[in-house]
Amino acid sequence: MSIEQSYIELYKEHQADLKKPCSDLLNAGRDEAFARFASLGFPTTSNEDYLYTDLGPSFSVDYGLNLNRLHIPVAFRCDVPSINAYLYYVVNDSFYVTQEPPVLPEGVIICGLNEAAQKYPELVAKYYNRQAGKNKAATVALNETFVQDGFFMYVPKGVALAKPVQLVDIMRSDVDFMANSRNLVILEEGAKAQLLECAHTQDAVQFLCNRVTEVFVGENASFECYTLENTHNRTTNIGSLFVKQEASSNVLINTITLHNGLTRNNVQVDLDGPGAEVLLCGMAIGDKNQQVDNFTLINHNTHHCRSHELFKYVLDDSAIGAFVGKIYVAPGAQKTEALMTNKNLCATPTAKMKAKPQLEIYADDVKCSHGATVGQLDETALFYMRSRGISVREAKLLLKFAFTADVIENIRIDALKDRIHLLVEKRFRGELSKCAGCVICQ
Amino acid sequence: MLTIKNLHANINGKEILRGIDLQVNEGEIHAIMGPNGSGKSTLSAVLTGNPLFTVTEGEVIFNGKNLLELAPEDRSREGIFLSFQYPVEIPGVSMTNFMRSAINEHRKYKGFDPISASDFLKLMREKKDLVELDNKLASRSVNEGFSGGEKKRNEIFQMAMLDPKLSILDETDSGLDIDALRIVANGVNKLRTDRNACIVITHYQRLLDYIKPDIVHVLYKGRIVKTAGPELALELEERGYDWIKQEVDAQ
Repeated sequence: MSIEQSYIELYKEHQADLKKPCSDLLNAGRDEAFARFASLGFPTTSNEDYLYTDLGPSFSVDYGLNLNRLHIPVAFRCDVPSINAYLYYVVNDSFYVTQEPPVLPEGVIICGLNEAAQKYPELVAKYYNRQAGKNKAATVALNETFVQDGFFMYVPKGVALAKPVQLVDIMRSDVDFMANSRNLVILEEGAKAQLLECAHTQDAVQFLCNRVTEVFVGENASFECYTLENTHNRTTNIGSLFVKQEASSNVLINTITLHNGLTRNNVQVDLDGPGAEVLLCGMAIGDKNQQVDNFTLINHNTHHCRSHELFKYVLDDSAIGAFVGKIYVAPGAQKTEALMTNKNLCATPTAKMKAKPQLEIYADDVKCSHGATVGQLDETALFYMRSRGISVREAKLLLKFAFTADVIENIRIDALKDRIHLLVEKRFRGELSKCAGCVICQ
Repeated sequence: MLTIKNLHANINGKEILRGIDLQVNEGEIHAIMGPNGSGKSTLSAVLTGNPLFTVTEGEVIFNGKNLLELAPEDRSREGIFLSFQYPVEIPGVSMTNFMRSAINEHRKYKGFDPISASDFLKLMREKKDLVELDNKLASRSVNEGFSGGEKKRNEIFQMAMLDPKLSILDETDSGLDIDALRIVANGVNKLRTDRNACIVITHYQRLLDYIKPDIVHVLYKGRIVKTAGPELALELEERGYDWIKQEVDAQ
C-alpha cells in the first residue's frame, strides 16, 4: 500500500467523524481537497521542489489523529516566558480556552478557528483558503482535508495591538501523533500587530505537525511574525505560510529553528499592492542528524515593492540544511527591489548545506540580487582567540554565536530578542532546556 | 624565563628557522631585527603554536616547561602573549565577550573563580585608558572597523588585560604614525616590570627609540647572526643590513 493510501482510507472511513464537530465553512472544501491530495500524492525527491527533502518516511508512520476532539490535558511552561504578551495555546490542533482569556482591545478577535468559522462566518469566509487554496502542494491539500481547528486572529481597521500575541503550539500525545492545524490572521487597513509562535513537543513519541498559516495584511498595516521551533528529534514539522500584502504594508517574518527533527518550512509572500515591503529572515541551528529545509517564494506582483531576505544556517555533526529562495518579479513590476542573502556555516566536514537561490525577472527597471555562501569557521580567528587563552570549544562557540547575530537583530521585541540571544547561546553550548517529559534528545 | 635551543621550523616543507638559539630572562627587553624574509614572524608564530608551522628540531623551555608540547591556549595561560602584526577582524564577537572569555580561561587554569562583572568592567576601563581607546570599545566587535593604529593599540590593551610574563610584539610599529607609535610604546613601557620580559620584533630602529631594548639580535636566513647591546640598532639604522648579510654569506 502506498503511503498516500492509508490517508485515503482514513478519510473515506472516518469523514463523518471528521466533519461532525466542524463548521460548514471548514467542511465545505474538504472533499475537493481530498480529491486533489489523492491525485497529487506525497512529494518525492523527484519533485524539483522537494529535491533535498524526502517527506515519505515521515508520512509513513502510523499516526493517531484526534478526530473526535478529545480534550488532552497538558501542563506546560514555555521557554519564552515573561514576554509581556497576550498568551494563547494550541495543543496539537486544538485551540485551548484558558481560564482567564486576555482582555483585548475593542473589535480584536482571537479564538479557535472552528469557533471563528461558526461565530463570524462572513468574515472568515472572506479570507479562509484564499491564498492556500491556489497552492498545488499535497501537504496543503492534506491539511485542508483533515483540518478541524486552529488559531484565528483578527485586528480591525486602524487598531494597533500594544502587546505582542504569543501563541504556544504544543504537541502532546501518548502515541505517535499527527496534527493538521490551521492559522488564519487578518489585519485590516492600518492595523498593527506582532505574533510570536513557539512550537514545542512534550512527549517522547513521533509527531508530525502539518500546519498551514494564512496571513492577510491590509493597506498600510504592519505585521511582525516570529516563529521559534524547539521540538525534539522525532518531530516532523511541515509549515506552510502564505502572506498576502496590500499596498504600503510592512511585514517582518523571522523563523528560528533552534532544535528539531525534520523541518520543512514553505513561505510564500505575495506583494499585491505598490509600496509593500517584506523582511523575511530565518535561522537554523542543526546538529546530529537534524534536517531543516526552508523553501521561500516572494512574488513581486506589482511595482515599487521591496523584499529583503536573510537566512543563516549553522550545521554541526551530520546535520543537513537546504534553502531554496525564489523571487518572482512579474511583468510591469518596475522599481522592484529584491535582495536575498543566504549564509551558511558547516562546522564539520559531514554537515551538508544545499542552497539554491532563484530569480525569475520579467520587468526591466529593477534591483535584484542573490548571494549564497557556504563556509567553515575562520581558522585565523580561531587561532587569534586561542592565542589569548580561549579554548577551541569556546572559540568555536563565540564564532558560531557571532554568525547568527544579524538574524537575531531582526527582532523588534526587545524582551524576545534578549531571550533568543540566551536560547541560541544555550543551544550552541548544548544546554538547551527540554520540555518536561522529553527524553529523546539527551 | 625563555630558552630556545637550536630551533628549526618550516611551513609547507619550506624551512624558515634554521637553528635559533635565544635566552630571555626576567626584566629584559630583547629586540629582534632583520631584513624581510629572515624568519622574524615565523619565530613568533612558532612560539605561540600556530598550526601552520611545523617544528622539525630543537627545544623551547618556558619557565621550566616544554613549550612546544603545549596547545596555543595553554601557552597563553602560561603567560605568553603575542601582539600580532596583522590582527584579524572578528565581526559579531564583542570585545567584552572576547576579553571576559580569555580572562576567565586564564583564571580557571590557575584555579581561580571567574571574574565578577564589576571587577571586569573596572579592569576594562583601567586598561583601555592606558592606550587611549575610546569608550565604545566594549560593544565593538573585535578589531572590526578599527584603523591600523586602533588595531595595534587594541593588541596592547589585550596585553594589559592579560598581564603576560613574556610578551612578543610582532612588528607592532608597522603602519603606525608617530602619535600612534608613541601611545603604543608608552603602553608597553608602563606594563614593564622586573618580573616580566618582552621580545620586540621590528624592521626599523624607530620603535626602539621609545621601547629601549637591553639586547639587540639580528635574524638573517633563519638564524640569529649577531647579538649586541642597543648600539647595534643604531648601527643598523645608519648602515642597513647589507654589511651583516655580507659577513654571514662570506662564512
